[in-house]
Amino acid sequence: MRVPILKQGGYLIASIQSALSDYELLQLRDDLSAQVGRFRSRGVIVDVTVLDVMDSFAVRTLRAIAQIGHMRGAETVIVGIQPEVAFAMVQLGLALGDVETALDLEEGLALLDLRTKRGESHVTES
Amino acid sequence: MADSKKRDKRTRIPGPSSLASPMGTAMLESTAVLLRELVSHLRENRTQLREEWARRITESQLLVAMTQEEIFKEATAVYDNYVAVLETGSVEALEAYARDLSERIIPRGVETREVLGIVLLLRDVLARSLFKKYQADFGLLNRVLDAYEPAANRIANTVGVGFVQERERIIRQQQEAIRELSTPVLQVRERLLILPIIGVIDPQRARQVTEQLLRGIRANRAKVVVIDITGVPSVDSTVANHLVQTVDASRLMGATVIVTGLSSEIAQTLVTIGVDLTKMKTIGDLQGGIEEAERLLGYRVTMMMQAPEQTAAK
Repeated sequence: MRVPILKQGGYLIASIQSALSDYELLQLRDDLSAQVGRFRSRGVIVDVTVLDVMDSFAVRTLRAIAQIGHMRGAETVIVGIQPEVAFAMVQLGLALGDVETALDLEEGLALLDLRTKRGESHVTES
Repeated sequence: MADSKKRDKRTRIPGPSSLASPMGTAMLESTAVLLRELVSHLRENRTQLREEWARRITESQLLVAMTQEEIFKEATAVYDNYVAVLETGSVEALEAYARDLSERIIPRGVETREVLGIVLLLRDVLARSLFKKYQADFGLLNRVLDAYEPAANRIANTVGVGFVQERERIIRQQQEAIRELSTPVLQVRERLLILPIIGVIDPQRARQVTEQLLRGIRANRAKVVVIDITGVPSVDSTVANHLVQTVDASRLMGATVIVTGLSSEIAQTLVTIGVDLTKMKTIGDLQGGIEEAERLLGYRVTMMMQAPEQTAAK
């Protein structure tokens, strides 16, 4: 099943509905990459709330999505990582690197507003 | 094996005796007879032996935390229990008494060394009195000691083990209490949590703290978390790693973590052992941490000093 990508103003919201296979993850990456260009989006939100497992491939793909988006002019925020998933990720050493994260969709939108409207003046995270 | 040989040799020394027949029911019966004799001897000389024992305790500088009268009172109780065990051969009452005694004296700082010391002293005092009584008949003395020694050793064992067990129970209880000292995740402002950590961080606790914090972040929709480790006595690379994990996990949930309360000693240790905390936001004290957190969240705290006057002027 394709991950639905919703366009909300200048942002794209990819709302994952169920556990994804590796192929579906790559498809998501390609879809987002294409749509960022088509809609000239400033920000991308990937909502992973429903995922209760995050393997290294998923983490790598999310990182790739963020990097690709960045190169095409869009900030990416991963939202909705569950406590158990976060804990497992740090224990397994799966790092998202510089990718922004937020608690949920609302937070992600607020963060994107901050990042894109106020230009490069980063307030949080040294 | 060696024990029974020794006993054989001992019983043989006196030469012709009805007790020389080893290891039979006769032997057991005679042991019982001897123990009865022993018990009556200890009963008769109760006052004198007890005093002798209390004197030796004071002399040996044992139980210094207790007064003379207390020592004498406990000595009496132990003595009577001792005799009772020799008589009945059941250590249950003594066990209960030892537990009770330990419960009373452990909080007063009595040490294992002292408890073992006094029990062994009593053993010696009684043995001496037996030597004195039976010195004329060496063979009989040997048989009496054969009956007395195992029982006495068992008593010493019971009291010592009772004391140590009580101590261990207290230690376990305290460990439990420390572990259960909940690590509260507190919300001080909308979207700002503080997590004061007090006590030693071990892997198990670190895990528990992290899980609690992550749940707290979701429940309170926190954006900033201040972890205060003022109450953590020592931080080594393991603890530092736990902290880094906690910080990373919180970040994955979209919360910024500020660590406060790193004392100068701890900071120096961490630098010396080469732990890299540059990825972590650290601030000297809890106050500074909360102020920084408020800044990140866009709060501005102002004094209300002039407020009453202003309202009065209006």
